[in-house]
Order: sequence, then structure tokens, then C-alpha cells
Amino acid sequence: MSYDAGARVRVRTGDPDKHTRVPRYVRGQTGEVVAILGRWPLPDDSARGITPPRIETCYAIRFSAADLWGSGDHTVTVDLWESYLDGP
Amino acid sequence: MTGHDDLPAAARARQLEERLIAAGLTSDDEIDAFLTGLYTRAAPVNGARMAARAWSDPRYRDLLLSDGNAAAAEQGFDDLSYQLRVVANTENVHNVIVCTLCSCYPVSLLGPSPGWYKSFAYRSRTVREPRAVLGEFGVTLPDTVQISVWDSTSEARYMVLPLRPAGTGGLAAEELAALVTRNGLIGTALV
Repeated sequence: MSYDAGARVRVRTGDPDKHTRVPRYVRGQTGEVVAILGRWPLPDDSARGITPPRIETCYAIRFSAADLWGSGDHTVTVDLWESYLDGP
Repeated sequence: MTGHDDLPAAARARQLEERLIAAGLTSDDEIDAFLTGLYTRAAPVNGARMAARAWSDPRYRDLLLSDGNAAAAEQGFDDLSYQLRVVANTENVHNVIVCTLCSCYPVSLLGPSPGWYKSFAYRSRTVREPRAVLGEFGVTLPDTVQISVWDSTSEARYMVLPLRPAGTGGLAAEELAALVTRNGLIGTALV
């Protein structure tokens, strides 16, 4: 599923056994798509030696510090591949 | 003085190199050529010149912010191995770059990354309490300025376009570029 800028998306939970590029602090969190980046190999597949790896769109997703940490007035924007995301 | 070669990480890196060489995936010559090519060109003056040009050339500023790779190519960097994303500071927003997973950063435009950029303290605290981290770098922002942290978790590399300092209207391009620091391009300095 693809997302437009401005969409609200939720980061999937789960704790893969091997490599992933989902920082633990955004798992299960909801943020907003602020940019659509390139289409790149999914690092989880590449790290597992899966050939060919899935090629997916990567998005810049903005989270509020208050959501992530319970306090703070800043935002944190994290780049996340499509497989890491669910709809709102 | 303890040299880089003495660090445990250097021994681990060398073991990894030897495994890759044994597997026929690379060679010492190839690694040396890559590092020599990278480090003879990679320096913060590259990013500083791009920032200074954006300050005085609105067309270049628009390009830098919308297509960083095209803007880098105009400055002679047409072979970046990453998607360059440049985020501009404004009167209301201050940007700061971090890589919580490792230490990603646009090396070719900013030079080798500083030790603190790779530290656990910087990587873990910048996403949690950036205002306090910036304060330790001597950057005190008014409460009205929102801090926007960018965690470099993908194939994109981020660079900050600082605000042009007041009173620099008469400066030439190279004089402007000399004002821009590596920390300014990361967001841990104002310029």
C-alpha cells in the first residue's frame, strides 16, 4: 500500500530476529508522511541474503515528541520503508 | 597517543575486510582506492559552499531544497552514493541531524563525521531531548523556535541549510562559505 504526503500512518510493532531499520522508539507509533523518498531494496531482505530483495518506497514520517516520549515540544522525522507501515 | 589502528573496532574491521577479500568480493587495492578517493575530496567546505550559494542565489536554494542531488551536481558532486535531502532552518524551525541506528551522514559533503556524532550519548539523546543537547553545544534557541530532528535511517542523507547570519550582505561567495561550519550543517551550531 502506498501513502500520500499528509497521510497518518502507524509503524508496525514486532521485534524481528535479524536486521531491520525500524528504530525501536517508533514501533507502534503514529506519524505523518512528510516526504516520499526513493524506492530502495528493503534492508531486512538484503541483510538476510534474500535475492532479489523487495524494492519498496521509503517515506519520511514525522512524529511528535509528546507521542514518542510523553513530553517534549520537538518533532522527530524517521525514514521508513513501506513494509514497516500500516494505515492509520 | 593511541592510534586508530589500536582500537578494537579497527581489528574487527580488518577481520571483516579479510573475509570479504577471501570471498573474492573486494581487494585491498580496491578498498585503498575507495578510501583515498573519498577522503581526498570529502570535506565540510563542500557543504559550506552549497549553503553559501543558496544564501545568495534563490534559484539554487530552491533546487537544493527540492533536489539535493541536482544541486550537488552543479557544484561538481554528480556521483553521490545517496539521496541528498537538505532541510532549511527558518526563524521558526531549527533542524538537527542524527542517525540513531549507526552514524549515517553525507560524508562527501561534510567530511568524516565527528566522534561525538557516532557516540551513544548523541544518538540516543538527540531524539529525546534535543534542546538540552543543543544547549551543550552552546546553541540556545528561544522557546518559540521548534526543533525538528531528522533520524537518518534510510538511503537518504540529511544536511541542514543554516540561516544566513545578519550583516553578511557584502560578503563574496568564498567569504560566506567560510562562515559555515560542519556543526552548522549538522544542526549543532547556528551556522
